[in-house]
Amino acid sequence: MTGLPTRGAAAKDATRLSRRGFLAGGALVVSFALAPRAFAQLAGGGEGGAGPAVVAPELAGSLRTTPWLDAWIRIGADGRATVFTGKVELGQGIRTALLQVAAEELDMPPARITLVTADTDRTPDEGLTAGSHSMQDSGTAIRNAAANVRMLLAQEAARGWGVAADTVATGGDGMLRAADGRSLGYGDAAARLSLHVKAVPDAPLRDPAGYRTMGRDLPRIDIPAKLTGGAAYLHDLRLPGMLHARVVRGPSVGTRLREPDVAAVSRMPGVVGIVRRGAFLAVVAEREWTAVQALRHLQRAAYGRDAGTQPQEPLPAGGEGGGAGGGAEGGAEGGGPMSADAIAAALTALPARDIPIMDTRGPTGPAAHSVRARYVRPWISHGSIGPSCAVALFEGGAMTVWTHSQGPFDVHRVVAELVGLPPDKVRAIHAEGAGCYGQNGADDVAADAAVIAMATPGRPIRLQWMREQEFGWEPLGPGMMTQLEAALGADGRIVSWRHEVWSNPHNNRPVGAGGVLAGNEADPPFPVPEGKPIPMPEGDGSRNSNPLYSFANTHVVYHFIKDMPVRVSALRSLGAHLNVFSIESMLDELAAAANIDPLALRLAHMEDQRAREVMQRAADGFGWGSRPKGDGRRGCGMAFARYKNLGAYCAVALEVEVDRETGRVAIRRAVAAVDCGQPASPDGVRNQIEGALVQSFSWTSREGMRFAGDRRAGFDWSSYPILRFGDVPDAVEVLVMDRPGAPFLGTAEAAQGPTAAALANAIADATGIRLRDMPLSADRLKAALGPV
Amino acid sequence: MTVTLTINGAAHRLEVDPSTPLLYVLRGELALNGAKYGCGLGQCGACTVQIDGKAAFSCLTPVSALEGRQIRTVEGLGTAEAPGLLQAAFEAEQAAQCGYCIAGMIMRAQALLDRVAEPDEAQIRAHMQTNLCRCGTHMRILRAIRRAVAMRKEGRKEAQKGTRDAPAGTRQAAAEPVREARP
Repeated sequence: MTGLPTRGAAAKDATRLSRRGFLAGGALVVSFALAPRAFAQLAGGGEGGAGPAVVAPELAGSLRTTPWLDAWIRIGADGRATVFTGKVELGQGIRTALLQVAAEELDMPPARITLVTADTDRTPDEGLTAGSHSMQDSGTAIRNAAANVRMLLAQEAARGWGVAADTVATGGDGMLRAADGRSLGYGDAAARLSLHVKAVPDAPLRDPAGYRTMGRDLPRIDIPAKLTGGAAYLHDLRLPGMLHARVVRGPSVGTRLREPDVAAVSRMPGVVGIVRRGAFLAVVAEREWTAVQALRHLQRAAYGRDAGTQPQEPLPAGGEGGGAGGGAEGGAEGGGPMSADAIAAALTALPARDIPIMDTRGPTGPAAHSVRARYVRPWISHGSIGPSCAVALFEGGAMTVWTHSQGPFDVHRVVAELVGLPPDKVRAIHAEGAGCYGQNGADDVAADAAVIAMATPGRPIRLQWMREQEFGWEPLGPGMMTQLEAALGADGRIVSWRHEVWSNPHNNRPVGAGGVLAGNEADPPFPVPEGKPIPMPEGDGSRNSNPLYSFANTHVVYHFIKDMPVRVSALRSLGAHLNVFSIESMLDELAAAANIDPLALRLAHMEDQRAREVMQRAADGFGWGSRPKGDGRRGCGMAFARYKNLGAYCAVALEVEVDRETGRVAIRRAVAAVDCGQPASPDGVRNQIEGALVQSFSWTSREGMRFAGDRRAGFDWSSYPILRFGDVPDAVEVLVMDRPGAPFLGTAEAAQGPTAAALANAIADATGIRLRDMPLSADRLKAALGPV
Repeated sequence: MTVTLTINGAAHRLEVDPSTPLLYVLRGELALNGAKYGCGLGQCGACTVQIDGKAAFSCLTPVSALEGRQIRTVEGLGTAEAPGLLQAAFEAEQAAQCGYCIAGMIMRAQALLDRVAEPDEAQIRAHMQTNLCRCGTHMRILRAIRRAVAMRKEGRKEAQKGTRDAPAGTRQAAAEPVREARP
């Protein structure tokens, strides 16, 4: 290991202990060893993060990077199987879905399988659990690994019996049977062979017609504990001798407390220590409430801007680093929601690199109708209900971090660099947190806890962020803007299509210490890495900017804005939320201009058969053909996208009712159709799509971070309101397409964009008013409607 | 200071700062996981428990105010093996995604069910307004509460007929079509 000499020296006095010292044992000196910086240079893949290299390109899913069967599946002598995944449960139900996949292809009861999720000491590194990739990556790997294992077990049984392998059958009970009735348990067969062999690409998959577990609604294995107060979350982890910490920061990212009263807090009964490292400050106490009280005392200090931490660039108008709330609609003091013009001005004022996404420009037919429109999205919070949490233990020279990050393997790399331990002395274990929907504070809090744990050897540290810290310091989903111009010929064909999108990178997942707040607060700081775009076909700000439709003369450009005035990273669906909103709004604008049915216009330009079927399924389920016509109050809208043009297909149809006195929009009914390939659990798919639809309705109709001069002004649920029960749809129906045996396409993010556009389209159908700037709020609609 | 709290029917003598919010005593001293820290402000409901039958924010209620009062948490309703009515209904509807809000949802709903025999849809929605869910599981949460109301009604009928006790809760998958409609 090599590193920077200054870091070790600086770190020695970076950790200052209270006069009582830590623990019962009095003062101790913590030395931060030299840290390798190479990790920060790792290239991100997919949704960022740093996945391992492909070593077996002929295999499917994550077998490409981890081809050994025993890395995925082990069979005990008792016939029970243990299945390992590098993906994590985020509340999306992936544990149950992967269990179903394993049970199906092993052909054994799911109850006899234990699933182990991401643990850097035990499971394959599958990069991030993000981008709706888990079924494609891990589901596909486990499906094929299990098929390999079943094949090997059958071959072994056949060898012992002296019969042909293809005469050995399995029956879903973990037994192998010969045609003459002899039988052998999986455990006995497995004991006679090694699974430390590479998978082969052509192990026979089970016939979908005989599926016993996949495609059925297995109740989720994580739900009973969640309903009964079981230890279901990282937050519930209680280790012997555990201490509680709170990290001390200014009110929001980019600020720093001037002179927090550390001396007074050190004297508080129950406070066992203060941890400082550069600008990093934390308080440690025996009891959690003591730590909270100590934090509240320290937060009384004045704060100011801090150039040393993120973000690096001041937001020109109405943003975290900008002037006195310029561009705020609701007055500078309170920091009202940012106006679309202010967002557009903030984005276009920054230097951009133009990345061509799609260019099929050619001779243009005559245009009968053309529309030019700008669409805008504000910065959106992940809004996790549970503020981020981590537990860390430094003991015997090794660090263990329990994290609910989407990338435990990234946490491993980040922590190793941050605290200066060799990678083999750091272990990250995933445990569930509250839903994150992207990169919230999970990675930061894991790093925070590790820094504190370094100063408290032998004592586990539990750190949870406070509500205002989660709002104030997490990376937000980036504010974005698109500019579209499209033309329709007299024959109803689209003759030209131009789509420009302006966005910051959505991929700022930490792969080294510079990607987390504690790293930026070190002295000297680990610098914030430069933002990079995710290349197509997945894209980030560009995600889904390339229409799946067959349009003539298509030109799509991504104005990639490297400099980030606001700390941002991945939010569920990345740029697809605004890009799909823009494309699908524009289609309805064209349809309205030419008086064409919106569904007919879409179908006329769609060649992908599965896309057509999903649209038709949603339309049939909704009763699109017989829908009530917009009458000033009620109206209907639909929208479609195939996520990333390579994931799940999703169409959404909505009927809304507008209260013209208040501008409030109620969703009277929603129908979504989704094709995600073979569904592992149809009810799991319905749960995800229902949730995505309701969440996207919240984002699109009422959300947007507020800024007040020098800081974020959304810090709780009243300054950043989200959807409550009184405003949820009356009815939501999700139709899951049956695609027996088809490759997994993922599900989780597919409805974000279509829901947003269907909402705008339904409002336009109801009122004739086209809202293009998110949030499509009651205030904005009321202003557009005018006096009753 | 010593405080005696009655939680799920059992008395606990605790040596604790009287200003400590109930939430921290539940999670810290008593190792009960159900109530969650969400905001500390009474804005999200993740910490909801029942105090003398009413839904309350445990993150805001100091233990000094709770002597002699009946505190009920989600642990008091049932277990994974023997779930209470609402827990069984939430299981049957698979009414959770991340589930961080769910214990609070169940406790808020319990307070309604304790007070109103057969709440209608509008009553349920209004009552649940206090509690936030970010996964968008609202439709399933509403279905689960409706299911609990129906199960209880069915149980009463069965009990009146003397055929069997109120159903303790079913554990079957939510196999019926997922279709929402206001009753």
